[in-house]
Amino acid sequence: MSGATLHNTSPAAPRFDVPSGTAFSSSSRRKWVNKLQLQNLARYLSPLLMILCWQTACSTGLLSTRLVASPLQILRTGWTLVQDGTLSTNMGVSLLRAVAGLSLALLVGTSLALISGLSQLGENIVDAPLQIFRTLPVLALVPLFILWFGIGETPKILLVALGSTFPIYLNLHKGIRSIDPKLLEMTRTLRLSRSQTIRDVILPGALPDLLVGIRFAVGISWLMLVVAEQVNADSGIGHMMMDAQDFLRTDIIFVGFAIYGLLGLISDQVVRILERKALVWRPQHLKTTASA
Amino acid sequence: MNQISPLIAAPAVTQPAVSVRGLSRRFGNGPRVLNQLNLDIAQGEFVALLGRSGSGKSTLLRTLSGLDPVTEGHISCPQEISVVFQESRLLPWKKVWQNVTLGRNDTPRDQARHVLEEVGLAHRIDAWPLTLSGGEAQRAALARALIREPKFLMLDEPFAALDALTRLRMQDLVSALWQRHKSAVLLVTHDVDEALLLADRAVVLEAGRIRAELPIPLPRPRRHADPVFVRLRATLLEHLGVHE
Repeated sequence: MSGATLHNTSPAAPRFDVPSGTAFSSSSRRKWVNKLQLQNLARYLSPLLMILCWQTACSTGLLSTRLVASPLQILRTGWTLVQDGTLSTNMGVSLLRAVAGLSLALLVGTSLALISGLSQLGENIVDAPLQIFRTLPVLALVPLFILWFGIGETPKILLVALGSTFPIYLNLHKGIRSIDPKLLEMTRTLRLSRSQTIRDVILPGALPDLLVGIRFAVGISWLMLVVAEQVNADSGIGHMMMDAQDFLRTDIIFVGFAIYGLLGLISDQVVRILERKALVWRPQHLKTTASA
Repeated sequence: MNQISPLIAAPAVTQPAVSVRGLSRRFGNGPRVLNQLNLDIAQGEFVALLGRSGSGKSTLLRTLSGLDPVTEGHISCPQEISVVFQESRLLPWKKVWQNVTLGRNDTPRDQARHVLEEVGLAHRIDAWPLTLSGGEAQRAALARALIREPKFLMLDEPFAALDALTRLRMQDLVSALWQRHKSAVLLVTHDVDEALLLADRAVVLEAGRIRAELPIPLPRPRRHADPVFVRLRATLLEHLGVHE
């Protein structure tokens, strides 16, 4: 898993050529802020252009609106769905499922990683089965889950939980195991107790990896939800999209798309903010807080 | 931390702070890294341990600090020990003062400030360790060692990674701190000048045994240009196998 790639693509970490800790005069600071805003705007120029081309293609009849709804139409449909309450109800249901599944995954993944990260016996018991389950395509479990848990909320929440447990477990386990042994030696010379070492050294040291795991988990949870809601559901964004398919309403399907995308983006931002709060001690965060 | 450990319970002015008897250590079936080693360090004595790589310096220090087990022989050591390593080994997620008081939850911030003042780092009390320079980080590590009021302080090449000017300043600092606290000190170093500047006695280790012991009867503060210093330097280098 490459946590580093995730960090590098981060739009929240723009590159500045201003060294940290430099005192700015107010005018140079303003200039710098303007430059930053321009850069941010430039980033959104190409998606905006794409939407414009899309709309033109639809308006001129180049694209059949039966197959692909136009952006304007999608906006209009979105607005109607908001007004009649369909969207908010379905979104609420989906959100609840994602949050419930993720919370479960966080609980299970963290506990398992602690068990296998902190003791050799624990690793022997926990790690091998998890590594085996990890390679199974979780989506193939959908029919089994329906058989076992019916078509209520349980199979959907469990699917989300199952999929997002693995990245949390794997990353936290790796984080615990890769604590600098020199720091652990240092705690031994200071005669720290085992519980003090876990609290002050191992857990904070593994936190960055846990947060990377959570970010992966959030992404996977939406993926699992899409599938779970499209196979058997009578509510949720996925259900709304499947319903729309029966009536050839591509506009509603696109609204669903947009909502999933938006939810994914927002949840990723939330984790990012968490990261910045929890990892203030890291040089890259120190730099942004110092120069912002 | 004023209680006296059971090991040195006797009112021991003459009894050494640290005593090593017949200490041997080997890894697997290799040669002995430490070979029937005997070493005493008096209370308040500053001993510099020199030797080439692989002479057993690190193993001795690791054994004394409790990181490695005693498999053959005997050591007696005060309970209150502190170690400063070549790298500062600060926890990057704790502020400087929290690193200093690490593991001593009841220690107030003021006490940390007091010790940080002693090492000249009070102005960085709330800094994150990754923002410190190499010298500052080692000062913080020294503060973390001192706040425990050690009866025996081990310094494992603490200045080896610093630039020359910072190293000189740190040597002065250690000298001053030692004269104030008077704990027994074992300094592992490659630097002959450092040993002669700081120590009461230099011990040269070779193949797990003490090859030479050299008292350094110079008044402090010491100067590199002192003729006695120059002579001792030549002797020490000769023991290390370097002929000038």
